Amino acid sequence: MQIGDEASGFSLPATDGTEHGPDGVTVVVFTCNHCPYALAWHDRLTQVARDYDGRARLLAVNPNNAETHPRDSFDAMKERVDADGGWPHPYLRDESQEVARAYGARTTPDVFVLDADGVLRYRGAPDADHRDERQGASWLRDALDAVLAGDEPARPETEPVGCSVKWKR
Amino acid sequence: MRVELLWWDGCPSHPETLAALERSLSAAGLDSQVQMVEIESDEQARRERFPGSPTIRIDGDDIFPCPEGEPYSLTCRVYRLRDGRPSPTPDPEDLLEKIRLRAHPAEPGACG
Repeated sequence: MQIGDEASGFSLPATDGTEHGPDGVTVVVFTCNHCPYALAWHDRLTQVARDYDGRARLLAVNPNNAETHPRDSFDAMKERVDADGGWPHPYLRDESQEVARAYGARTTPDVFVLDADGVLRYRGAPDADHRDERQGASWLRDALDAVLAGDEPARPETEPVGCSVKWKR
Repeated sequence: MRVELLWWDGCPSHPETLAALERSLSAAGLDSQVQMVEIESDEQARRERFPGSPTIRIDGDDIFPCPEGEPYSLTCRVYRLRDGRPSPTPDPEDLLEKIRLRAHPAEPGACG
């Protein structure tokens, strides 16, 4: 999927038993339980979900093959959210990996920002450095601010950084 | 001293780990060459007792040993920095400390 393409709609099950898909300005983040890059960026992404609540929604999607990576099973996802006392955004399971394939997700994390028409406006990393919390997911925030203002993000694409998506064979 | 860095290309952390490892070896006064060992299959991961990428071994020992029962597979390791944050690479200070301990183990009976 390229910048400017209309993203595929989807509806995936969340850890709390509900189902979610893109609706309005939406951040779709492919992520997982086991990857240190996804873990390092997790708090920054949940803070984005809190800060943009009511203006944009964030959907975390775990597409990894749980047969080879049991820590990414749906049960393990539920346990993680429960252990954290809940998340400010849904954590969705892409068991068939169809959504990840449709988006062309490569890593965890891999961030996609859709505008209110479902058009892809940003794709890449949350910010420049997983080690530096002060970065605060600034690339994602810049893209969201632009989309919410009706503008094109100044930096529409960056290189996603993280663990490879664990595809089923 | 035989120093190995076992890695898998599904994790992009091995170049950073190699650089940190070479810095630590130098700081510890060692001129050991790091042998890079690429792990390419789950079968090889089991055979090499590879818990994930990156794994650093000195004379065959994982210097950050995993808990018993950790599976061997093509995956990325989660290290913890000294402040508790998860990281794809070991804390540089922990790494240097481990290397120094291997390079200069305490003399038996030496205390204080």
